Amino acid sequence: MNRWLLWVPLVVFGIFFAVVAAGLIRPKDNIIESKMIGKPIPEFSLPAAVEQRPALSVADLATGKPQLLNIFASWCVPCIAEAPQLLELERAGVQINGIASRDTPQDIANFLNRWGNPYVRIGTDVRSVVQLELGSSGVPETFVIDGNGIIVHQHVGDIRKEDVPELLEILENAG
Amino acid sequence: MIAEAGLIALWLAASMAFLQFAICAIGLVKGQEEFFTAIRPVAIAQGVLVALSFLLLVWLFVRSDMSVKLVVANSVAIKPLIYKISGAWGNHEGSMLLWIAIMGVAGACIGIFERNLKTKTLVATLGAQAFISIGFYAYLLIASNPFERIFPVPADGQGLNPLLQDIGLALHPPTLYVGYVGLSIAFSFAVGAMITRDVGPEFAKAMRPWVLGAWVFLTLGITAGSYWAYYELGWGGWWFWDPVENASLMPWLAATALLHSVTVLATRDGLRAWTLMLAVVAFSMSMIGTFLVRSGVLTSVHAFAVDPERGSFILALLALYIGGAMALFALRVGSVKEGSQFEPVSREGALVANNLLLSAILGIVFIGTLYPLFVEGMSDEMISVGPPYFNLATGPIALILVAIMAAGPLLRWRRDSAKALMNRISIPVFLTAAALFALVLFTTSMSVLSLLGLALAAGIAVASFAPLWKRNLRRTPMHTYGMIIAHFGIAVALVGMASETSFTEEKLVAATPGDEIMVNKWKIKFEAIEPVAGPNWTALEARVTAQYENEAIHEIAPQNRMFASAQMQTSEAALLTRWNGQLYVVLGDSDDQGRWQLRIWWKPFVTLIWYGGVLIALGGLLAMIGRLRRAGRQKKQRAYAEAMI
Repeated sequence: MNRWLLWVPLVVFGIFFAVVAAGLIRPKDNIIESKMIGKPIPEFSLPAAVEQRPALSVADLATGKPQLLNIFASWCVPCIAEAPQLLELERAGVQINGIASRDTPQDIANFLNRWGNPYVRIGTDVRSVVQLELGSSGVPETFVIDGNGIIVHQHVGDIRKEDVPELLEILENAG
Repeated sequence: MIAEAGLIALWLAASMAFLQFAICAIGLVKGQEEFFTAIRPVAIAQGVLVALSFLLLVWLFVRSDMSVKLVVANSVAIKPLIYKISGAWGNHEGSMLLWIAIMGVAGACIGIFERNLKTKTLVATLGAQAFISIGFYAYLLIASNPFERIFPVPADGQGLNPLLQDIGLALHPPTLYVGYVGLSIAFSFAVGAMITRDVGPEFAKAMRPWVLGAWVFLTLGITAGSYWAYYELGWGGWWFWDPVENASLMPWLAATALLHSVTVLATRDGLRAWTLMLAVVAFSMSMIGTFLVRSGVLTSVHAFAVDPERGSFILALLALYIGGAMALFALRVGSVKEGSQFEPVSREGALVANNLLLSAILGIVFIGTLYPLFVEGMSDEMISVGPPYFNLATGPIALILVAIMAAGPLLRWRRDSAKALMNRISIPVFLTAAALFALVLFTTSMSVLSLLGLALAAGIAVASFAPLWKRNLRRTPMHTYGMIIAHFGIAVALVGMASETSFTEEKLVAATPGDEIMVNKWKIKFEAIEPVAGPNWTALEARVTAQYENEAIHEIAPQNRMFASAQMQTSEAALLTRWNGQLYVVLGDSDDQGRWQLRIWWKPFVTLIWYGGVLIALGGLLAMIGRLRRAGRQKKQRAYAEAMI
């Protein structure tokens, strides 16, 4: 047997080591980006989630003015953390549309009574069909939509205080 | 105080491991052999202490001691006792403690039972074993202390992952771990033998029962894991080439090769370097498997305990042990004398072919499992390598392997003639050809691989019993029966795999109560849907009746379970087993019109896959018992002969 053949296992192991070490060091990017960015919103029409707000469909989102589309749920804890920021955005004059995912009217109403209601319209997406079409993988998620109904930005996770100026700027640019 | 006692026992066990290593190192380096007598008691003390530590952890789980962080994270007071116990290892820290406990107990067993090895090799083996243990102790004590307390004490725990709340999975990890750790012993033997340059039949005979034992447990663990995934995940498949599955398959492949090469070394004193290499590779594969599953470096269907920091720690251990052993191998193996020679057509030749083919499969699985990671490292693209690659790449090699398996046991050691072999194997070859002919004639749309698989299975089922031909059945040694049963088990499993792949019928329907569905010869009626409740879950249960042709009507009840503690949904498939296959019914979601999704499979002979697995393990067990008994007998005879002199 050739002498150098004996070192082959160690070399293979060395390659393995290098690959996984690189894999460990590289920060994991767990955010799943929607493939819909830059494209028009898919066709949909959702019934009203609560009595106080009208239903939501594609036609309501291409009105010439940039808007936010926020996917939330009453059972989602980060959505509670996000609520004050949504109210702040509303005070800044942003039009926010809501999609309630996998929820019941009663629970949604309770949630809005307790944490505030920044939404112009709220559609109820009982089976997350529209959510999946939008390429959203969880709640909360927020999309910025320009005047022509094109998705220009996706925000995964809850909107924190530091995200508000950034979102306002994106909305400004989309206008 | 139980938690503190457990932690103290763990520290003491760690110091014993350290002592064990020191005795070996000082004894071997300074040549002071009087040290050596101490190593057995120290190894035994280490085993007892670490076992105690593990039992104390189990006790904490049984008592639902919510002041311990690990219990809080993985248990709830209301769950059934068996899952409280299995909760102790159904998590990262606990499973690592289980690992080191099995390793410690195995070391103690070497200390108590091992009498075949030369003292020097035994000491080197126990020293290597201790050296591995020290890394794991350090890992547990520094990075993931299982006995950590929590304050303030919460009212109740968060529960065990509902998927793990299943009897199959309660027993699955310990089974696999015994297998992994058994391979660590083989590894230590190899390292010990490389240090003392003492590789020969005696060494192989000492190592063989450990390899056989590890292999039996690995086989059982993989079989159980496959069956668990089949009925618990509700997708109807039995093997997905998921990284976690591959992590257990790779050591099994290496161990299977090792098992055969160690026999060549024990019987014919051949394949010395190769056997050492396989012992190192087999344990490397267990550790790499554990690392891949535990570090979160690979994304998997059931990836858990994702934590890069711990991953780095295990990776460092990997580099130290595997890299070290492979370097030692490259440096030392040149001075290990080549063993006996043999002709290509011989029992050794077949076993070498077996080893090469198994290594090829191992290489394919290894590359397929790591390739996504490699691509991700080179570019930003994410890819996944799935069943099509693995089936296509491993299938043909596996079929050649089973064909050789049929011929190997019929060959003589050292040299044989191809003509004589053809005589001996003519009946199985004829059967295979006949089966192939019949299948091509009477079936449609079978893939080439399953076609060949089924035909070969018919041949090897017969060929596996051929070694008994013209032999006195009562004087045939037990390990020969073990081999026959294991090889027959492969044929059985192969029939199951090929017929499941080729003949499964599937229907996906949206049904309302009252609907009737026909699948193959089954008449299935969806009677009603009802809510039910268990100890820590609620479920929607479908009441379904099923009738095969005009036989008795069976009631089955697939469920959709919601677990209170984890906000998680699992689907409990309903299975109905007949001798010729299994009916598999899964309840899905309902739509707006009150229709329920029902997924129904009829899988002919699918159960043979797992019966085959159990037979393979049983064969290994018989071989192990046979070998141990024979060694015991020979020792007695030697002692008797010496006493006579």
